[in-house]
Amino acid sequence: MSENLAGHVKFDNVGLRYGTDPEVLSNLSFTLYPGSFYFLTGASGAGKTSLLKMLYLAQAPSRGAIRMFGQDLVTMPHSRLPELRRRLGVVFQDFRLVPYLTAFDNVALPLRLAGTEEKKVQRAVGDMLEWVGLSHRAHAVPPSLSGGEQQRVAIARAVIARPKMLIADEPTGNVDPDMAWKLLRLFEALNNRVGTTVVVATHDVHLLKKVPDSLIMRLHKGQLSDPTGALRYPPNPGGSSVGGSGAE
Amino acid sequence: MSTLPPLPAETDDTPLERPRGRAAARLLPPQRLTGPIPWVIAILIALVVIAAAGGLALRNLSLAASAGLSSAVSVQVIEPNPDLRADRTAAAVKVLTGLPGVTAVQAVPEAELAAMLEPWLGEAATSGDVPIPALIDVELAAGAGPDEVARIAAAVKQQVPGARVDAQGDFLRPVNDALAALQWLALGLVALVALATAAAVWLAARNAFAGARDTVEIMHLLGASQRQITAVFLRDVLREAIVGAVLGAGLGVGAVWLLGQQFAALGSGMVSGGGLMLADWLAIGAVPLAGVLLAGLTARITIALALKDML
Ligand SMILES: Nc1ncnc2c1ncn2[C@@H]1O[C@H](COP(=O)(O)OP(=O)(O)O)[C@@H](O)[C@H]1O
Ligand SMILES: [Mg+2]
Repeated sequence: MSENLAGHVKFDNVGLRYGTDPEVLSNLSFTLYPGSFYFLTGASGAGKTSLLKMLYLAQAPSRGAIRMFGQDLVTMPHSRLPELRRRLGVVFQDFRLVPYLTAFDNVALPLRLAGTEEKKVQRAVGDMLEWVGLSHRAHAVPPSLSGGEQQRVAIARAVIARPKMLIADEPTGNVDPDMAWKLLRLFEALNNRVGTTVVVATHDVHLLKKVPDSLIMRLHKGQLSDPTGALRYPPNPGGSSVGGSGAE
Repeated sequence: MSTLPPLPAETDDTPLERPRGRAAARLLPPQRLTGPIPWVIAILIALVVIAAAGGLALRNLSLAASAGLSSAVSVQVIEPNPDLRADRTAAAVKVLTGLPGVTAVQAVPEAELAAMLEPWLGEAATSGDVPIPALIDVELAAGAGPDEVARIAAAVKQQVPGARVDAQGDFLRPVNDALAALQWLALGLVALVALATAAAVWLAARNAFAGARDTVEIMHLLGASQRQITAVFLRDVLREAIVGAVLGAGLGVGAVWLLGQQFAALGSGMVSGGGLMLADWLAIGAVPLAGVLLAGLTARITIALALKDML
């Protein structure tokens, strides 16, 4: 597999409807460029979470084709999906922490699932919790954590296994601006130093300005537009002038 | 940037599917046993064990009874005159000995008969004042049926007046019929309670899944394989089922053993024929095992169906 092919995520005329409702997403066609930093913006209810669900393999499209890491998701057997999922890091909008595992064990879960040596797990999780400012809460269970703390645990869990692609759904919705900035730096570091493709959904315009080289995909009424040339492939680097164009 | 964020650990990109049980045990701590499910399973398993043991004991009892009796005939020679009685008895023995299908003929000694009857007749039994019929035990070849008995009766009666031939099975037939009915009852009970147990086990697995559904979904989204998820979930279900099964088997076997002691204390030859053989105990042991297997199977099916729904 060539690097490009391996890194590709390609949506081709994808549509999504829930049940018999009208489509919430229509005619989505785009290719994510490996190693790029994308923001997905749009008003609440625009369909950001729905799009990300297809991206993190929790939701099949109603129509159209999706390729990921060189594989056709529609035709591939379900038994091979876990392997793809393990290459993704996901910050769910509702966190989805295991309620009876400590913060530490929640963050460690992806590493343990991958069979990482326990000594490495201890060190990596310890470092990560320190960065997100939760060392002192390592042994607390999620129900006893604040919303912002849970969000930081969710982020730590999403990045801990060096995913090929990081997908974050409103990852800074519950933290103050300073922490939001710090968390974004974590995403950037992963993007710059490990080459992780990052997709962050947000309706917060201020966030967009904090990552200079980011590309912006905008969802409006189920359709995508690209004020920065994000949907071109390869994306137009000169076009990534981030302004107030991204949000409602 | 003054302090760089920590770079996450490189994962060993070894394919998963490590030892399932232990790997799973490391992923998530076992859930505490809560709720009535293990108790319900325990009670039902105990009932199955008791009903099965009862049915098996009844079967052994009726087998033992019919094995000893069906192939035997007793001949009575009724004659008040002792000398005549002795002559006729000897004649009957002679006739019987020559008949086909007869394997052994033995006149029961008078003293023995008298001793057997003493509890009923008192001293009259031994005094000779009360005439006692002579008794001849006749053993038939295995497989002898009512036809043989009738043939023998005809032959003896023709040559020995005052002879009466009884198939020993005859007077036991109602008892045997009752035993058979009881066996059917036990079988029906076992079937019903086994069905209820299966339902309880099924519910237990579904219930455990309802409680674990969120966790299962999270693991699924984090890329856990079906095997890993099944291993975690299976462990919790099996723990409930095993606790229930062991408890139930203990209760059931305890009750059966106590009953066995009670019957053994009766010392009756007939009841002792109803003891449980090794094979019976093995069959009873299979009951809790089947319960646990069913729980495991249900859990697997439940998880597979749920994961299929999740994409
Ligand atoms: N599971 C679902 N079933 C039915 N409708 C849904 C479901 N999830 C989202 N929707 C609908 O799809 C639309 C887009 O929702 P969502 O993707 O959550 O948007 P956003 O994340 O941008 O706020 C909304 O109208 C929402 O009501
Ligand atoms: Mg959303």
